[in-house]
Amino acid sequence: MTDAVNAVPLLGEDIHAAQIRKFRFQDMLFHRVTLLFAFLVLAALIGILVSLGMEASPSFKEFGFSFLWTNVWSVPDDQYGALIAIYGTLVTSAIALLIAVPVSFGIALFLTESCPVWLRRPLGTAIELLAGVPSIIYGIWGLFIFAPLFAEYVQPYLQTALGDVPVIGGWFTGPPIGIGILTAGIVLSLMVIPFIASVMRDVFETVPDVLKESAYGVGCTTWEVVRNIVLPYTKVGVIGGIMLGLGRALGETMAVTFVIGNANRITGSLFAPGNSIASTLANEFGEADPGLHIASLFALGLVLFIITFIVLAISRWLIRRGLGAEGV
Amino acid sequence: MSDFQSTISEEAVLQIRNLDFYYGDFKGLINNNMDIARNKVTAFIGPSGCGKSTLLRTFNRMYDLYPGQRAEGQILFHGKNLLDKKQDVNLVRAKIGMVFQKPTPFPMTIYENIAFGVRLYERLSRSEMDDRVQWALSKAALWEEVKDKLQQNGLSLSGGQQQRLCIARAVAVKPEIVLLDEPTSALDPISTAKIEELVNELKEDYTIAIVTHNMQQAARISDYTAFMYLGELIEFGKTDELFVKPKIKQTEDYITGRFG
Repeated sequence: MTDAVNAVPLLGEDIHAAQIRKFRFQDMLFHRVTLLFAFLVLAALIGILVSLGMEASPSFKEFGFSFLWTNVWSVPDDQYGALIAIYGTLVTSAIALLIAVPVSFGIALFLTESCPVWLRRPLGTAIELLAGVPSIIYGIWGLFIFAPLFAEYVQPYLQTALGDVPVIGGWFTGPPIGIGILTAGIVLSLMVIPFIASVMRDVFETVPDVLKESAYGVGCTTWEVVRNIVLPYTKVGVIGGIMLGLGRALGETMAVTFVIGNANRITGSLFAPGNSIASTLANEFGEADPGLHIASLFALGLVLFIITFIVLAISRWLIRRGLGAEGV
Repeated sequence: MSDFQSTISEEAVLQIRNLDFYYGDFKGLINNNMDIARNKVTAFIGPSGCGKSTLLRTFNRMYDLYPGQRAEGQILFHGKNLLDKKQDVNLVRAKIGMVFQKPTPFPMTIYENIAFGVRLYERLSRSEMDDRVQWALSKAALWEEVKDKLQQNGLSLSGGQQQRLCIARAVAVKPEIVLLDEPTSALDPISTAKIEELVNELKEDYTIAIVTHNMQQAARISDYTAFMYLGELIEFGKTDELFVKPKIKQTEDYITGRFG
């Protein structure tokens, strides 16, 4: 190859060599610049982690690891523990996923499998627009419209219907005041549905038509095709979509702050006000005194960072396992 | 209507009458009339876009999946019109199986690929199901190659094996008719030969309708051949006669390679 190129000097040797040097320089420059950009991301990630850790260190020095499971958050006593906020974050996110996953699944299925063509675009666009609504809007709507309606029309009935059931009955005790953990979870679910649904729709659309036709070809109904072909084929993407929703739910701040009630205590009831990591941070950073309070808030931030990190790690692990089982 | 016999002397399992097909406003099939003989191989040939795959896909109403596509006319199967809106399509598809151009193993084990379709319509014990899977894989001449790896994913097989797996899957539900839509166009010559051999054996139990771009293939394996052009059935008859002494000029031009 090289011989052939050398044997045919196109423009005369000098220009050729100069040209090649120039190209090589441009290539190197391009390589270095893109490398720099890529490393900026890594540097930002590490920088955030390090600065969070440094700012949080007074708190960890004072409380040690027990910070994570201490059920106290008291500014007057200068005693801080993360359990209340972690509990609020995890429970609201769990409620959000519990509602959002089946609903999103239904939306994605309808859009890809049984929606009339003329409705497909408008519906799909509506869902994408819903994803673009600023979270503060959800917060305002949740606080002023949803919570009062929820308190008046839904909570009393939930209480009568489920309040006496063993184990889960405790979840529905307490005054129906509208705001609280359950309300935050429901508002969160509305916020993550567009994300999960549009990812699910996109991955469902990747299933080759001919594969679905083969399944219909042995006599499957739409549900059987979805259950046995579409879902196994797309499980990796579906998990990815759910994890994306979870990631968003965990870190969501404004909407949750509006409706969760911002009470620093843990009660068994989902009707009771609580607090999440993000809403604690949003509420208290402005007026926190330098010292243990600020450090503890940074520590909370670090905890949120780590929880999100763990969620992503688990999703990666699940995805790899999913790929392995398919034997591809 | 051209001057050839669209009906046959043997028992017809499918009778196609005045069949028109529409892709939205475009007419893909124009007044097709023919019979598909029981336990014979009927081949459909013609240039790309002539409607042969379209015709095949009306037999199991695969077009139903796509809004905007519709068929008019009659396809009689056991005296009932398959195109009737009231006809249950899932039952039709269980009775009239299909194999596609590209191998389409389901994302599951080899065993499950076969058992899946059977389970939709029959309740079999574990051992009955084992027997059925072995039977279907043997029918598709695949059993010897996969009997030790039934629990492996169907996608781990070679292309030719995957296609035979798909044939086994279609056969396993014991359909009456098997539709093959260019089943060998993505395969190497050796796999192609195996599939052709298979088609020959399968016709003892099943009626086969095959779409192919390969005229030699049609001549080799079919009993009847239909030549189609621009949505119309130009000529239909016994394969020997159609290839040796075509009645219509267009057919002759196509099979001798003068157009197409």
